[in-house]
Amino acid sequence: MMDRQKIVLVACGTGIATSTVVGQKVETLLAANHVNAKVIQCKITEVGSYEDQADLLVTTTILSRAYKIPVVKAVNYLTNINPGKIDQEILDALK
Amino acid sequence: MQIKIDEDLIILGLKGKAKEEILSQMADKLFECGYVKDSYKSAVIAREKVFATGLPTASYGVAIPHTDIVHVNEPTICMARFDQAVDFVIMGEETETIPVKLAFMMAMKEQHAQLGVLQKLMAILQDQTALLYLAEEKNKSKIKAFMLDKLGIEEK
Repeated sequence: MMDRQKIVLVACGTGIATSTVVGQKVETLLAANHVNAKVIQCKITEVGSYEDQADLLVTTTILSRAYKIPVVKAVNYLTNINPGKIDQEILDALK
Repeated sequence: MQIKIDEDLIILGLKGKAKEEILSQMADKLFECGYVKDSYKSAVIAREKVFATGLPTASYGVAIPHTDIVHVNEPTICMARFDQAVDFVIMGEETETIPVKLAFMMAMKEQHAQLGVLQKLMAILQDQTALLYLAEEKNKSKIKAFMLDKLGIEEK
């Protein structure tokens, strides 16, 4: 049986700029590792409406509250400072 | 809609002690040139307080302030090099700041159309040669040509 497709939320303040770049990185990472998951890009303030169906939140913003799902901070995808660590955190969270 | 790079939006030696002063002057310039609505300025300042955009690079801090698409008329990027470094909170951090010398204020209109430009802008932040050039070059038309090349934008 196929595993259920997982859902990864990629959020930033506006949902248009840094989450666009990070979302692309996450999609590439998931594809390269054959992870059955789809990316939903949104504003951090919209996470609540997806949280119940999602498996992971990847974000470039501060966290204003606690979430029910694991959270990976991904600012270093933008600066390229040790991006491998973020890759691993995302893959581990989706195992 | 293709992002425009406008020489009038390249500001060298921008003076200001606090980030609000810097953001305000950059937003005014975007408004004067018609790229954003008058609501952009207060929106971008408010957003920077909640969602900080300072990013550390190998050379110096760079900020990428931006706000919601409703405040934008036409996509562009305003670049400012500061007279003196100004503290910005680091993206994703509560209070930790970084001295910033260069800012790219983005006026974005839609998300996916601009992915390529955004990726290339982030690549500039990882390119020490490019950062050094942007910190030193005095000729605005050369900076414009450099940005068009780095961002892969062909002027029509």
